[in-house]
Amino acid sequence: MTRPRTLYEKIWDAHVVEQRPDGTCLIFIDRHLVHEVTSPQAFAGLRATGRTVRRPDLTLAVPDHNVPTTPRLDAAGNRLPIADVESAAQLAALEKNAPEFGIRYIDAVAPEQGIVHVVGPEQGFSLPGTTIVCGDSHTACHGGIGALAFGIGTSEVEHVLATQTLLLQPSKTMEVRVEGEVGPGVSAKDIILHITGVIGAAGGTGHVIEYTGSAIRALSVEGRLTVSNMAIEGGARAGLIAPDETTFAYLKGRPYAPKGADWDAAVAYWTSLATDPGATYDEIVVIDAADIAPSVTWGTSPEDVVPITGVVPAPDSFADPSKQTAAAKSLAYMGLEPGTRMQDVAIENIFIGSCTNSRIEDLRAAAAVIKGRHKADNVKWAIVVPGSGLVKAQAEAEGLDRIFTDAGLEWREPGCSACLAMNPDKVPAGERCASTSNRNFVGRQGPGARTHLVSPAMAAAAAVTGKLTDVRELMA
Amino acid sequence: MTPLDKVEGRAIPFGLKNVDTDVIIPAHWLKTTTREGMGRGAFESLRADPDNLFDSADFKGAPILIAGDNFGCGSSREHAAWALGDLGIRVVIAPSYSDIFSGNAVKNGILPVVLPQAAIDRLMEVAATDPVFVDLEHQTVTTQFQDRFAFEIDPFRKMCLLEGLDEISLTEKSDAAIGAYEARLDAEHPWMRPAA
Repeated sequence: MTRPRTLYEKIWDAHVVEQRPDGTCLIFIDRHLVHEVTSPQAFAGLRATGRTVRRPDLTLAVPDHNVPTTPRLDAAGNRLPIADVESAAQLAALEKNAPEFGIRYIDAVAPEQGIVHVVGPEQGFSLPGTTIVCGDSHTACHGGIGALAFGIGTSEVEHVLATQTLLLQPSKTMEVRVEGEVGPGVSAKDIILHITGVIGAAGGTGHVIEYTGSAIRALSVEGRLTVSNMAIEGGARAGLIAPDETTFAYLKGRPYAPKGADWDAAVAYWTSLATDPGATYDEIVVIDAADIAPSVTWGTSPEDVVPITGVVPAPDSFADPSKQTAAAKSLAYMGLEPGTRMQDVAIENIFIGSCTNSRIEDLRAAAAVIKGRHKADNVKWAIVVPGSGLVKAQAEAEGLDRIFTDAGLEWREPGCSACLAMNPDKVPAGERCASTSNRNFVGRQGPGARTHLVSPAMAAAAAVTGKLTDVRELMA
Repeated sequence: MTPLDKVEGRAIPFGLKNVDTDVIIPAHWLKTTTREGMGRGAFESLRADPDNLFDSADFKGAPILIAGDNFGCGSSREHAAWALGDLGIRVVIAPSYSDIFSGNAVKNGILPVVLPQAAIDRLMEVAATDPVFVDLEHQTVTTQFQDRFAFEIDPFRKMCLLEGLDEISLTEKSDAAIGAYEARLDAEHPWMRPAA
């Protein structure tokens, strides 16, 4: 009998093309997602060396980082020019590179366009048991459907385009087990924020994290994508959640997913990937779901998490001297005093979107809180950016767009938007944003912007009250 | 890629923990289609302070950077490695790195040295006034005060750095093995190809 293996080990073993004497493996890549920001230099490299794309059929390109979220077509249906010259040049480069190298391409005005990590699963291009890469660290997202998916740099993008492989060392494994039932108002986002607070921003470095336990199993695919998306915020290059009936029901019938007899064969294979009884992980972290509250960040690292009922911590409350220094710098940047109740922090900006939280379930959760209410007067800017054109259409069919606009929020076109502020969607310096995105880094949402990471329902609650708010109080 | 063996010179005693790639190079510098000129945007928010370390008389153009735990976390942007290279940095010394950043660094001829925090603390002290010596072949970091810190590095990465190797050319030698893998995949799991 073979040694019991984890889900990660099974996917890894199935993708080894060659093993080198030093343990480095040449790993086959099943899916390569490409966007406009991290690919131009890779295509230029191919061109300079006369190389081609080995497997254009396994590659899918879609612009997302740079696209404006304002309307892209005029009344007559003609494409509007992009005002930012550099953004326009990057989009034009992808639009030229994709056909030149024979790659599948979803253009900026296609109904399927969206954030690459929303589009992949939505199109059934991302599948369980596959290896997926993209020049973007939130590729970890696709682990939510049981794919070994991770972000790569531009040199690796070029390497995958040319060879459909990567040279990698196997990762260590970590199990994060969340057992029990979460309370009302606690979403997948709160689960992953809580986990990041527990393991720390470097806790998963060198590891692939498999999320297990009844609280994870109970999540929808959208929720699982949210959890795995932020594996990277805990330092892990990839997250994984074993594919199950929930995953299969989500994928069945999607455009690029297997059909007919192929589907049955695929499901049988995917089912066999679950971690074997008796398999071991290098590290195990166990979390009681009942301990997870609606959560919020106070600092400039995603590990800076407290329950919404908590207060801003004092730097000297941390044992580690380097964390004390970091916390003091974070508080200075964030303009917060130790001991301040998180619920007393006023918010001027709201961002609902990003590859973490822009799927239909996220928009439904935000809409449920905001329905029949209006944003507070001190909230100057509040935007809802659906993750893809298909999410947008679904939300509009359900009337969610009207709920947001009636409440004074703006309903935008799909893209990465204010998550990283490459397009015009930025938070002004010194102002706060309750954001459903994944990173509260210094300057992430614009120079000087102060980010508080929250769930969609919590962002909606903050929009209504104008300050960080315990969404449970609005649910009563 | 420029081969790297011995690097000696001033080391920027930066020391911060969890330095993310948004801090190393903010997103608005990513709107480019080339790899050049990223140094101008490197550590932009920190260098807005006229008294910053990076532009000080002692450390401008220094080839070594000393940092804290989890250096290069966050975004996968290789622009962070390009920016450091453009600043003239060939070696980073830290207790740990994000996995993606350390890979990107090596692919751009930048050596990510891992040393324990105690060694970092000592090097920060020395670096304030004196140079630091890094020897990749012998895997050591030394100072003129008899400090000697040995570091580990993956042998493949060491070879790539020492020889300035282009990984794609190396992988292309495995073309037949990749072809055989593709054929086996098509036979065993034909559904793996995208359906549409």
